[in-house]
Amino acid sequence: MPDDLQPLQQGPLQRGPGNTIAPTGAGGAMDLAVSEAETLERPPGTGTIPGGPPGGPGAKPRSLWSDAWRELRRNPVFIASGLLIVFLVLIAIWPGLIASGDPLSCNLAKSQEGSQPGHPFGYDTQGCDVYTRTVYGARASVTVGVCATLGAALLGSLLGGLAGFFGRWGDALLSRTADIFFGIPVVLGGLVFLSVITSTTVWPVVGFIVLLGWPQISRIARGSVITAKQNDYVQAARALGASNTRLLLRHVAPNAVAPVIVVATIALGTYISLEATLSYLGVGLRPPTVSWGIDISNAAPQIRNAPHMLLWPAGALSLTVLAFIMLGDAVRDALDPKLR
Amino acid sequence: MPPEATEARPTGEPILEVRDLAKLYPLTRGVVFRRKIGAVRAVDTVSFDLRRGETLGIVGESGCGKSTLAKMLVHLERPTSGRILYKGEDITRLSGRALKAVRRNIQMVFQDPYTSLNPRMTVGDIVGEPFDIHPEVAPKGDRRRRVQELLDVVGLNPEYINRYPHQFSGGQRQRIGIARGLALNPEIIICDEPVSALDVSVQAQVVNLLERLQDEFGLSYVFIAHDLSVVRHISDRVGVMYLGRFAEIGTDEQIYDYPTHPYTQALLSAVPVPDPEAREGRERIILAGDVPSPANPPSGCRFRTRCWKAQDKCAQEVPQLVVPAGFRHAEGPVVHDSACHFAEALPQDMSEPASAE
Amino acid sequence: MSALLEVRDLHVEFRTRDGVAKAVNGVSYGVGAGETLAVLGESGSGKSVTAQAIMGILDSPPGHVTGGQVLFQGRDLLTLSKEERRRVRGAKMAMIFQDALSSLNPVHTVGAQLGEMFQVHEGMSRKDARVKAVELMDRVRIPAAKERVNDYPHQFSGGMRQRIMIAMALALEPDLIIADEPTTALDVTVQAQVMDLLAELQREFTMGLILITHDLGVVADVADKIAVMYAGRIVETAPVHELYKRPAHPYTRGLLDSIPRLDRKGQELYAIKGLPPNLMAIPPGCPFHPRCPRAQDVCVTDRPPLFPVTENDGTELPGRAGACHFWKDELNAS
Repeated sequence: MPDDLQPLQQGPLQRGPGNTIAPTGAGGAMDLAVSEAETLERPPGTGTIPGGPPGGPGAKPRSLWSDAWRELRRNPVFIASGLLIVFLVLIAIWPGLIASGDPLSCNLAKSQEGSQPGHPFGYDTQGCDVYTRTVYGARASVTVGVCATLGAALLGSLLGGLAGFFGRWGDALLSRTADIFFGIPVVLGGLVFLSVITSTTVWPVVGFIVLLGWPQISRIARGSVITAKQNDYVQAARALGASNTRLLLRHVAPNAVAPVIVVATIALGTYISLEATLSYLGVGLRPPTVSWGIDISNAAPQIRNAPHMLLWPAGALSLTVLAFIMLGDAVRDALDPKLR
Repeated sequence: MPPEATEARPTGEPILEVRDLAKLYPLTRGVVFRRKIGAVRAVDTVSFDLRRGETLGIVGESGCGKSTLAKMLVHLERPTSGRILYKGEDITRLSGRALKAVRRNIQMVFQDPYTSLNPRMTVGDIVGEPFDIHPEVAPKGDRRRRVQELLDVVGLNPEYINRYPHQFSGGQRQRIGIARGLALNPEIIICDEPVSALDVSVQAQVVNLLERLQDEFGLSYVFIAHDLSVVRHISDRVGVMYLGRFAEIGTDEQIYDYPTHPYTQALLSAVPVPDPEAREGRERIILAGDVPSPANPPSGCRFRTRCWKAQDKCAQEVPQLVVPAGFRHAEGPVVHDSACHFAEALPQDMSEPASAE
Repeated sequence: MSALLEVRDLHVEFRTRDGVAKAVNGVSYGVGAGETLAVLGESGSGKSVTAQAIMGILDSPPGHVTGGQVLFQGRDLLTLSKEERRRVRGAKMAMIFQDALSSLNPVHTVGAQLGEMFQVHEGMSRKDARVKAVELMDRVRIPAAKERVNDYPHQFSGGMRQRIMIAMALALEPDLIIADEPTTALDVTVQAQVMDLLAELQREFTMGLILITHDLGVVADVADKIAVMYAGRIVETAPVHELYKRPAHPYTRGLLDSIPRLDRKGQELYAIKGLPPNLMAIPPGCPFHPRCPRAQDVCVTDRPPLFPVTENDGTELPGRAGACHFWKDELNAS
């Protein structure tokens, strides 16, 4: 029987009458194929199929990822949020680029004073420059937000995804473990866990947030993996002999990732505020570390007499969260070919 | 029980032999501590042969186990018992490399063209994926050309290679699914309701395509469907399934024109014929009630609860799928396997109005 | 037969992000009391959208009725207020859907859902409504209705659920029932039971019945007349026997020829070439011309109206019309 396929494998290509490529030697049955192909080639209306790129035989083969990247580059939302995030990362690494002062050199005499030349954002209660502190605060806040989100998203989707895909006892074990972590009250857990750690870096806080955050992501990931793996195309690939790794990476993951992206980008904002809460309780970041969370907590009681103290760090926080949510939205849309 | 008695039109040696195949799904209760409370007998000791170049149609209503059977044939489900022999070799419990090799030769076309194609892969990636999984079939540099040839063979424009499934209609998507099934040069294709999700005018296109490919590449089909007319059109032999078992199996003429099992007779009489005059001469058998649950099938003959011929014997003895005793010495197309204690020929006069043509 | 429902020149379009899809483009049909009209078409032909517009359950937006009249017992339903339409719906006209499982609420018993109709529309007490519900279930021949009235939808088989849907539609003894693919999801042996039941109840109550389907086989027995739709238009109407015997439109003939027949085994099936049109870009002239074996230049330029179909000698064929420039040739081809 494989001999029968020889013409298909080796037959030189010829231009058929219908301007379709027809392998020679396939016999009279090809006449039918050509006529069918012709009718399918120019069905009325398919010319208006949205986004159907004219990919000639010479065009480069494309994939989901290259198409998604092409889509992203043309999306103004992606460009705006991307630029903003690049900017945030830059000042997180080199705050000196746009702020020349020292966030820790304060002058109590200027406590809570408003905007002045050279100090556009005014001073806080301690008499520190709000502009400098907002810029320097980016490092801790962005680090906590991004690292905690990445950590929780990776851990959560890895565990949730594997549990959803393989099911059985691993799934049961993971789900119950996640339930236990869900039960830990954030504030109490933070007080107990973080108060025994004396490190002044951001990492204990990041670790604590990942520990509390992954079950949420894993639940979402597990659910969407279970939905995706029931599709016939997963069965079809399995029937072709595809390995589990291939099924997971090529078929299940791309179709299950959207809800995880949405939840993770929203969680990013929550995590930055969580850092603020923990700092307010005195178990999060500690001075001399500068963070938006610490400043927001300190400014909150003074909102009536010095609103500028709250406005700037809170504004920076909102802008950061917004940038990541927009980025997540754009990436999710780009990964869905139906929206192109 | 090999159904060799139905040797009316030999079409070559058997390429696939199925012996006493069964699939039970345990029914469990509880999340952490699962208790078994019973089993759904989805497929219950089914045997048949598929010959080279032949189309075996399998018809039955929902819940008769025909889709589970299809999944077992392509190793998407593991049989609880029984054997599947491919060219005489037992492939039932293969795994790893050996299973992968067998999979090259037995492929599947799915029912729903909307869920059987990954929406996030281009058509080129979907049809080319078999080559990624079995790199020995096509050298890397050659794959793209092979994919375009495959698209052309199934009647699609080879330039559509970079499009996504949602940009195609149902019929075109089913062609993509067929191209994927053909990629590894299989010998057997299991078609699970391949046209039932398509519009009438497109169904005919896909049925014709499947027939043309069979002639061109010498494929053997197991064609599973609930639409008896489509199955008759495409099949050389037909098996009728009811609640996980074959009720009757034979050539298309034997089954459609000379059915001896009451279930087949009822099924055929219920098929809507798009011609009011042709159906006026037909006697319709309207069955009482519904198909019983496969979790709790009737004893003896599975069909007895809806059968107008049922007697005590039917509840006690399971009828075997053999040529019924009454026909052992008869001749002609009534002689074929039928699992009924009281099998009787029922002349189907519905073919008469058409015979004038 | 005086028309119970008359649809005149109905237009419906869907305004979406990608453009305007013209789903229904000037459909006119009527159905009398005790009469069965089958509306036949493929997906996207506008057959279900027309029904939704008649019932007033069109998703709006994106769907908009942009023209025409729906005269029901002499009143134009399209001019009524939402509240008035709601009162017509259920009491005077009812609809049966394809998927009975998703049309029934899984958390309420069947009896409660049937009884609700009487409680809401006729102000009955719970107890009386329950009695009525059992009566209805008996009427659609659900065995052991009294015991099963407190069962939930998932405890019934597909055929039984469709019977419950029919019972619900019948509850208030409407004058018109629209059944949208009522047996498509059912098995062949059950299909026949449900179709027979529907036809019998229709005779008993002398209701009008509109049967929407893609299956030429299903309607052959029960319909009086058939309207074939394509791309949002009616392309042919005829009494049921004549349509099967002598179609006057190439699309109808193509559909008839492309179904494999149980009683004939041919070599190759006739296949209508190409695909149904994109409703956002319906071809000019006759919408079927790109797929039509008879197409001439005139078909590309002029849209054929529904011509009255007559015999060659001019004898009228009542109820017959065809939207094809060459209906005469098509009719004589049989």
